[in-house]
Amino acid sequence: MRYVITAQPNPDAPSKPADFDPALFKAYMAFNEEMHRAGVLIACEGLNPAGRMGHAIVKNGKRVAVDGPFAETKELVGGFYIIEVPTFEDALAWAAKAPSGMGFDDVMEVRPLTGAGDLPPELVELIKEAAPSWSATFVKGR
Amino acid sequence: MQRAISAVYRIESPRLIAGLARMVRDVGLAEELAQDALVIALEKWPETGVPDNPGAWLMATAKRRAIDQLRRTKRVGEKHDALQQDLEAERSDPQQQIAEALDDDVGDDLLRLVFTSCHPVLSSEARVALTLRLLGGLESTEIARAFLVPEPTIQQRIVRAKRTLADANVPFEVPHGDELRARLGSVLEVVYLIFNEGYSATTGSDWMRPALCEDALRLGRILAELMPRESEVHGLVSLMEIQASRTRARSGPNGEIVLLLEQNRGRWDRILIARGLNALARAIGVAPDGLGPYALQAAIAACHARARTADDTNFVEIARLYGELATITPSPIVELNRAVAVSRAYGPARGLELVDALRDEPALAHYHLLPSVRGDFLHKLGRDDEARLEFARAASLTRNERERQLLLARAKKLTSG
Repeated sequence: MRYVITAQPNPDAPSKPADFDPALFKAYMAFNEEMHRAGVLIACEGLNPAGRMGHAIVKNGKRVAVDGPFAETKELVGGFYIIEVPTFEDALAWAAKAPSGMGFDDVMEVRPLTGAGDLPPELVELIKEAAPSWSATFVKGR
Repeated sequence: MQRAISAVYRIESPRLIAGLARMVRDVGLAEELAQDALVIALEKWPETGVPDNPGAWLMATAKRRAIDQLRRTKRVGEKHDALQQDLEAERSDPQQQIAEALDDDVGDDLLRLVFTSCHPVLSSEARVALTLRLLGGLESTEIARAFLVPEPTIQQRIVRAKRTLADANVPFEVPHGDELRARLGSVLEVVYLIFNEGYSATTGSDWMRPALCEDALRLGRILAELMPRESEVHGLVSLMEIQASRTRARSGPNGEIVLLLEQNRGRWDRILIARGLNALARAIGVAPDGLGPYALQAAIAACHARARTADDTNFVEIARLYGELATITPSPIVELNRAVAVSRAYGPARGLELVDALRDEPALAHYHLLPSVRGDFLHKLGRDDEARLEFARAASLTRNERERQLLLARAKKLTSG
């Protein structure tokens, strides 16, 4: 079963983004290496904390794109891992092994990805019909 | 909390058991020590919380247990001294343990554990159970559930396997030279056996058991990094990643089987395909003398994975790859698959010629896919009466309920049409 681990700041007391720390960076790479060598790491990406951010919000019942609003530190997401492990507890145990101190990684949120197995058959059929190609992005359930 | 601790143990246990086995030179004893450490963790961690470095904690605890046990049994000597030294060294530098977690020594220990768990002195069932337990970190209940057998059966299998290894004095080491090649074959076979049991369940009413496929993939990915220079390891990983990419497309909404060329390719898992193609490239990169059987099968699977639609499939290339496979590992099953590819590339009449040559093959006498494939060719050639008989025969031979239904449906369709 697949889980997404998302690195987030602590909403109550977000820590400031830290200066680049080679030792911490190395610890993160060692964490990646360990998950890879354990055969559980499927994919991972980091979000550029210095990059621009935009929102598409609903205004007067219509969705419009806006440059910003500039997010509070507590709203920023550091990045994510997708891992494939036998149980939720394994995913949580891996998350607990992550280093910390990057600034956007106070909390490692662990959530299962939906798989076709989690959906009732009629919904699967509806998705297949309405989104034949996108259904490829479904992540399989255990 | 107990499940959380079990999960931590699952993550840490392969390296723990591998490290202990190097010290005590006995895989069975090493696993018992690791289990002892788990029992102590289950007592203590609910109060203290999970330690910062659970792997190091479990290792230190298991080593202490080992020393106690050696003292009690008065087997003081070389083993004891080595353990004592290790324990002292670790007390003086706990950080060292973290650094060691990823270094090559641990990799070597894990590799020794792989080759011991898959040792030819063990039956294939025992190798599977022991590998899932020691390297996959699965508990007996989980293995039992996966293989649909009672838990005591698995427990006995593991106990007996450990005893066999001890009785045969199987050394805890990685084989060298020619022996490595042969023994590697046995390791890969165990992993692929686990995968296949998940991919095409031979028993039960489910057509697939994806959890077993995931377990096998995890084992394969571990092996790939333990033996990055071995082309066939990457070949096997590639084959499994690409086959697993089709899991969601292989069954319909009611659990019925959907065959490869009829699958909705939109439901193939692109992440696994990308991983599989990457692994195939690695397999090719370290195989200057040509590909082995797993990498060739992966190359065939890759032909399907690369095709946008079934009609785009490069069957000429697939037929060629099967020809190559038949040269290095001649077998009636490979020949049957080659016949299917040849029929797609050059027409059903050519395929039927190859299949007819297999009809007296004793190894295929009870193999449902022979009549199933032959029925398909006959149907394409317009010989539906003969085709119907072949599908009915195939249905009577398969042990999988879903597959039987599919074959009966095909036979019935020819009756009405």
